Amino acid sequence: MKRTLLTGNGAAAWGARLAGVEYLPAFPITPQTEIIETIARWIDFGEMDCRMVTLDSEHSMITAAGAAAVTGVRVFTATSSQGLLYGMEMLYTVAGWRAPFVLVNVSRGLASPITLEPDHNDILAARDSGFLQLHCATCQEVLDCILLAYRLAEDERVRLPVIVNLDGFYLSFTREPVEIPDAESVARFLPPFDPENLGFRAGAPLSEAVAVIGGTPYSYFRYQSHLAALNAVDVFAENAAAFAQAFGRTYQAVEAYHCDDAELVFVMMGSFATKAKEAVDRLREAGEAVGLLRPVLLRPFPAADFRRALSGKKGVIVVDQNLSMGKGGVLHTELASALYGYPGTTPVLVSFIGGLGGRDISAEEFYEMHAVTRQAVSEKRAPAPRLLYTEVELREMKKIQAIARVQGLKEQQT
Amino acid sequence: MAYDYEKSIRPGKLPHIWCPGCGHGIVMKGLIRAMDTCGLEKNNTAIVSGIGCASRLPGYMDFNTLHTAHGRAAAFATGIKMVKPEMTVICCGGDGDGTAIGGNHFIHACRRNIDMTYVIMNNYIYGMTGGQFSPCTPTGMKASTTPYGNPDPIFDISKLAIGAGATFVARTTSFHATQIDKLIAEGIKHKGMSVIEVLDDCPTSYGRRNKFRSVVDMMKRLKEVAVPVAAAAKMTDEQLEGKVLTGVLFKEERAEYTDQYAKLIARVQGA
Ligand SMILES: Cc1ncc(C[n+]2csc(CCOP(=O)(O)OP(=O)(O)O)c2C)c(N)n1
Ligand code: SF4
Repeated sequence: MKRTLLTGNGAAAWGARLAGVEYLPAFPITPQTEIIETIARWIDFGEMDCRMVTLDSEHSMITAAGAAAVTGVRVFTATSSQGLLYGMEMLYTVAGWRAPFVLVNVSRGLASPITLEPDHNDILAARDSGFLQLHCATCQEVLDCILLAYRLAEDERVRLPVIVNLDGFYLSFTREPVEIPDAESVARFLPPFDPENLGFRAGAPLSEAVAVIGGTPYSYFRYQSHLAALNAVDVFAENAAAFAQAFGRTYQAVEAYHCDDAELVFVMMGSFATKAKEAVDRLREAGEAVGLLRPVLLRPFPAADFRRALSGKKGVIVVDQNLSMGKGGVLHTELASALYGYPGTTPVLVSFIGGLGGRDISAEEFYEMHAVTRQAVSEKRAPAPRLLYTEVELREMKKIQAIARVQGLKEQQT
Repeated sequence: MAYDYEKSIRPGKLPHIWCPGCGHGIVMKGLIRAMDTCGLEKNNTAIVSGIGCASRLPGYMDFNTLHTAHGRAAAFATGIKMVKPEMTVICCGGDGDGTAIGGNHFIHACRRNIDMTYVIMNNYIYGMTGGQFSPCTPTGMKASTTPYGNPDPIFDISKLAIGAGATFVARTTSFHATQIDKLIAEGIKHKGMSVIEVLDDCPTSYGRRNKFRSVVDMMKRLKEVAVPVAAAAKMTDEQLEGKVLTGVLFKEERAEYTDQYAKLIARVQGA
């Protein structure tokens, strides 16, 4: 084991290297590219025994990844944002094949308009695809989650592909101290992929598929995937226990920070949750009973963990770094449906949207969200969802619009 | 008097984002002169690009412009041309944009022979993302994803366009700056799908990695490899080894797509 400074992308590359991946179909896109470039270098220098092909797009990249995985080899690939969406057709397809491999997504806001900085609309677009999702908040977690993801994907109770998500820039390009486990310990935790019934067997197929099926078998197979995904909650917990034993780092489907005695709880995912941690510390210093929950596992959705952790809480501050147009925050929606109708006091859920396109969330905004939620608890009703946006920003925006002459055009039209 | 480029450039948009020595700016100037020669009216012209350094070009041009998604320029442009056939539609973008992720749109636009002019800036690399190999990175040359040399064979973009059905195909280089506008202008005037491949340089992501000491070196190479079609006719195969033909490589008159479409409508509705 050695401890070194790595970017999130570097940590992802190390995760793939330690997992002993055998095939990497690739395609560049900012802010992911450093991952495939790092691995390319290792392959060329003979430090890694892996085949790599840069394909002509993410669509073919994910296709190749799925096809290779069902021949029984360990496959890794990575993309971001537009790339993930461009490959969306194949995400559903290869998940339906139950192809176990790991895809790293480096979150970046989606077009249009175009940005390079992170939010979670890209990864959440893949929410219903059948891929499981692990969300990282630190560079260490990126490396560790890739190892956890392979065990999860390849487990015969699961057999589904997994996306490991990290935020562009905030993690992809930020150096943090990372412990790189030694190869032997990793090999013990994650032995070579045993594909069992996967692979080519001409003349002796496991099943004979028909090209197009009706609703009855279709429903059956779709539901099988769903059940397999649900199995991943327990399998993740088992793997995390084995991981803790092997490497001394503990992971939970939902990370809890100062939650036990908390009355109000922030819920956030990804690297921005580290900002919430900081805010929790400051608020606690000021005497507030506040905590933070951060889902590491988003698919399957750890509903029971949330119910347990939030039982008896007064208010929940859900900060969504995504926006489902015409509805609001996705995490807020998911959490509401997980809590509604279950026994135990239902906390007041307050929804905020922040951090779109990498926009910062300041400490003051965390305090404000906390104050708004406390108010909501005392009034026993949640206010309308709110976008975190300051007056200063709005003034800046007006200036930019004036430069772009949007204003002028509007005036002409009216 | 110096040529006035400013009238075609959006106020306040310069300086551009391209690196010093990047060939894309030379192509942009060529495009401006060509559009000027053809007397294109700003509002009756659309310039469409995908994503990449080359695809940033329309952002500087004071015309109707679309900066779209990686590889999709030809598809966006087709949409515009189908509903506004009277407009002059110009596509521009990189070799990666046009022949990797967008290769399908590119060949099908050629096949249809839809009236547009596609200026493809071939710098042999994905410049914007930092120098990964593209379908045009010469075999053996280095890219960030192939530090020991690219094992893949390449696309010859012009041949690809001809094979796919484009009816005007020309090639030049950013060294031959004055030829750029002549060929683009000819392409704009041609009715049907025109493809102008401009070999240009990416010193940042391609040159440095491939041991070109300077942009001047890269320019010299462009000068050396280019052979005009007429001159090539008199050369032997050995003499042509490693050379690239420049000038109008292919031209034919064939029914144009939006015309044919209009005729079809007239015939069916008239009946
Ligand atoms: C769907 C999708 N995948 C990947 C990317 C990342 N990307 C942006 S530009 C580019 C390549 C650009 O190369 P090229 O078209 O040759 O233009 P150049 O930058 O060299 O001018 C890539 C892969 C993207 N924007 N969208
Ligand atoms: S990276 Fe290459 S293609 Fe992009 S602007 Fe710089 S020189 Fe031009």
